[in-house]
Amino acid sequence: MIPLSYYLILSVLLFCLGVAGFLLKTDVISIFISIELMLNGVNLSFVAFSHFLKQINGNIFVFFVMVVAAAEAAVGLAIIVSVVRNRHTLSIDKISLMRD
Amino acid sequence: MYPVLFFIFAGLAVAGAISLLVQRQPIYSALSLVAVMGALAALYLLLGAEFVAAIQIIVYAGAIMVLFVFVIMLLNAQPAEAPGRSRVARALGYPLLGILIAELGGMVAAHFQNVKLTSGEYVVHVAQIGDALFRSYLLPFEATSILFLAGILGAVLLAAHTEDEAPGKLYIGEAPPEPNLIPYDSTEGSTTYNGAGQPVRTDLPAHPSSEEVRS
Repeated sequence: MIPLSYYLILSVLLFCLGVAGFLLKTDVISIFISIELMLNGVNLSFVAFSHFLKQINGNIFVFFVMVVAAAEAAVGLAIIVSVVRNRHTLSIDKISLMRD
Repeated sequence: MYPVLFFIFAGLAVAGAISLLVQRQPIYSALSLVAVMGALAALYLLLGAEFVAAIQIIVYAGAIMVLFVFVIMLLNAQPAEAPGRSRVARALGYPLLGILIAELGGMVAAHFQNVKLTSGEYVVHVAQIGDALFRSYLLPFEATSILFLAGILGAVLLAAHTEDEAPGKLYIGEAPPEPNLIPYDSTEGSTTYNGAGQPVRTDLPAHPSSEEVRS
């Protein structure tokens, strides 16, 4: 059987690649996608612990993480749409100020 | 059988994440993330979490990513130009990322290598999820629904169209210069002209002349 550490190392890899995307990408949407990748990496470790500890709490936490991620995606994409409508750019270097 | 499946889907997930990082077009990044989510759903099935695997496909890959793809296509997002990063950042960034991965992975491997946890047949049924969700987690569940309502209202308010904005062209690189970006142009002070017809700015403090300083 697969030991727990394999799942956790896969989770660490996904999380770190998400961090790298968050730091390296230059347009807002790719940065947002990287955040989703980080959330997925954490979800995998939740499910792995839930399986190996034989408790259901990890699955419930994953459910809540998904719900919060859905709300975050809706609000964040609405913010991106309204910012792009005002600034006409997606590059984070061009939208570094909060005021116009 | 399980180890083979684990390594297949783990490799798929890591390959999708690396592809997300390397792709320049945001739409390819989004589709790579869909591949990662599919592979993770298969891993959840290996871990006996059927409900989580199902909502991973339905909610994450089906709803959230469709929202992302809609917004990417609506905004006509093009690849951003390569940023001019400093040489220090480029020389330090990738080694530090490698150190972060090695540190976290090594810590996990060191702490969980000898964990006496057997991975037997533990399948979470939907009935157990519902039981836990509506008994011990009832208050967080209801709070989540209020959060969702607030999120929907916020999204509608933020993205609502106002009439006075013309649909503009999307620029990824240099935005076109706008006339009123310089702060002193927008002050309501009247513009005065000197003898040569050049405008003189009246809103800046005038330099004291040498006689004023002396007296």
